[in-house]
Amino acid sequence: MNFTETDKKIIRALQSDFPICSEPYKVIAEDIGISQEELLQRLEDMKKEGILRKMGAVLRHVEVGFKANALVVWVVPPEKMDEVAAKMCAHSEVTHCYDRNTAPDWPYNFYTMIHMDSKESCIEFARELSKETGIDQYELQFTEREWKKTSMQYFME
Amino acid sequence: MELTAFDKELLNILQGGVQFVPKPYEAMAKQLGVSEDRVISRLQELKKDGFIRKVGAFFNSDKLGYSGTLVAVKIEPDHVADVAAKINEYPEITHNYQRSCGYGLWFTVITNSDDRRKQILSEIRSLPGVISLLDLYSQKKYKINVQFKLK
Repeated sequence: MNFTETDKKIIRALQSDFPICSEPYKVIAEDIGISQEELLQRLEDMKKEGILRKMGAVLRHVEVGFKANALVVWVVPPEKMDEVAAKMCAHSEVTHCYDRNTAPDWPYNFYTMIHMDSKESCIEFARELSKETGIDQYELQFTEREWKKTSMQYFME
Repeated sequence: MELTAFDKELLNILQGGVQFVPKPYEAMAKQLGVSEDRVISRLQELKKDGFIRKVGAFFNSDKLGYSGTLVAVKIEPDHVADVAAKINEYPEITHNYQRSCGYGLWFTVITNSDDRRKQILSEIRSLPGVISLLDLYSQKKYKINVQFKLK
């Protein structure tokens, strides 16, 4: 994967806080030393190419009312995985959905992160997902403590 | 502070994405039928008051030549805090949570080389109190969309 120096500058500039002012892209373009037009065009391209997933906000979920979250780990037969994933991903409460490898003492091969207003609703929601998909081997893991939560900083070396 | 109906609408739009136009907040203001100034000043307040974690770009690490994995660590109970502090020191480790199961700490690590990832994992495996470690890599990412519908 080859990124030009300009691309890397754009990525470095945009991965930190985006200015909340009238012409934010102009501020960034000036910092990098390119024109605003070039910056906007490059961002459109990166979005199309899937390099940029989203240009927008992530909220602090507890503050906005989603006070409980759980990692739900499931045992899904491999041949059913795509179908189960499609059903689970259709719910906006499911923010992340991945397959993952297993280990001898760890049979779970499918992971969903769910966000709700309480622990009880997480348990209830997982039960509904289970009913909907027919996957009944699962476990909820609640966060006891958040030790670190940051965004990855790319191309810093 | 309680979020008003206007705040919720504004945050829903902001989560959906900032447009690639010279005045993106003006574009949001038009959608909401208010002035650009109102949008900007309200967002600055919501940011200051801690409702917004980050406004910015979210990249697909795979497409940037990086790859990430999730790691679960089994630790002797009285060593959890020390191990968590050590794990937090790595810039490549972006999330680190304590969870209620046999594996006490769960973290994500994003690197641009396999060697670097292996090095980090082997350093953590050899920390005092660490019993074992699972490298739970993913082949298929079905969904990443951290967007909360505020009603």
